[in-house]
Amino acid sequence: MTVHNLYLFDRNGVCLHYSEWHRKKQAGIPKEEEFKLMYGMLFSIRSFVSKMSPLDMKDGFLAFQTSRYKLHYYETPTGIKVVMNTDLGVGPIRDVLHHIYSALYVELVVKNPLCPLGQTVQSELFRSRLDSYIRSLPFFSARAG
Amino acid sequence: MSRQANRGTESKKMSSELFTLTYGALVTQLCKDYENDEDVNKQLDKILCSHFLPRGYNIGVRLIEDFLARSNVGKCHDFRETADVIAKVAFKMYLGITPSITNWSPAGDEFSLILENNPLVDFVELPDNHSSLIYSNLLCGVLRGALEMVQMAVEAKFVQDTLKGDGVTEIRMRFIRRIEDNLPVGEE
Repeated sequence: MTVHNLYLFDRNGVCLHYSEWHRKKQAGIPKEEEFKLMYGMLFSIRSFVSKMSPLDMKDGFLAFQTSRYKLHYYETPTGIKVVMNTDLGVGPIRDVLHHIYSALYVELVVKNPLCPLGQTVQSELFRSRLDSYIRSLPFFSARAG
Repeated sequence: MSRQANRGTESKKMSSELFTLTYGALVTQLCKDYENDEDVNKQLDKILCSHFLPRGYNIGVRLIEDFLARSNVGKCHDFRETADVIAKVAFKMYLGITPSITNWSPAGDEFSLILENNPLVDFVELPDNHSSLIYSNLLCGVLRGALEMVQMAVEAKFVQDTLKGDGVTEIRMRFIRRIEDNLPVGEE
């Protein structure tokens, strides 16, 4: 079981952070385009999911999976989006994604007046704490499973 | 600092103290920047709206994230729900008080928050009227900035203030419009 990578977006589509742990294949396009593609897809999926839902919406789009990986999604009312790709063995991890938002992004970036919002996070503390947290997760193993 | 109060109210009291002290420090710093009291008053008058409303706004855009992280409140479906969350969760969390919600407009796009006192001056004595306007503007800016981050354009203003001799402090909130999600430039 493992975590492949993680994206963090704000409400304007700016990619605030990207980290990779086990990614064997790249997208084949420059990173900037990859972030735009990811954000655009999420935007469309959210809208699709809510339109086509046969029932009243509760949490909206949560995850999708392929035969090889699963993409988990978490969004706050302020439009902060946490996107994590894991392998298929990983169940719902809403609490993990919320923790990344509240204990890492809010604590280390939002509450730091020296960290400007609306652009890529430069904070090394944020990057290293996030890395430690991901590596500490029960479904993360140092060797890709 | 040790307190006798139980942990629940203690953490709320600490939070509201910190909040009030932060604003007190803000105004004190201004007073330090201008050594002469008369100059301070003149400057406070001059910079009132241009200076403190944007500062409140900048506090608000960050404060909303902290609020969402700690309160786990989801997206509000209408302005009434928003009013409830502001009064019962947000004010309680940051200022330790729960204002009452009254005076809904017939269209449901305006309401008032009634507070017994001006919450930001619990620990400060204000000798003149100018300072009260600063605190008021700051709080209005915070509300406006925070709500804009959850896609609501609102107007917030103090229509009554105990610091000015009114019986209660009343903040009037008006919903202007919903701010829609925009795709970043370059997307279809």
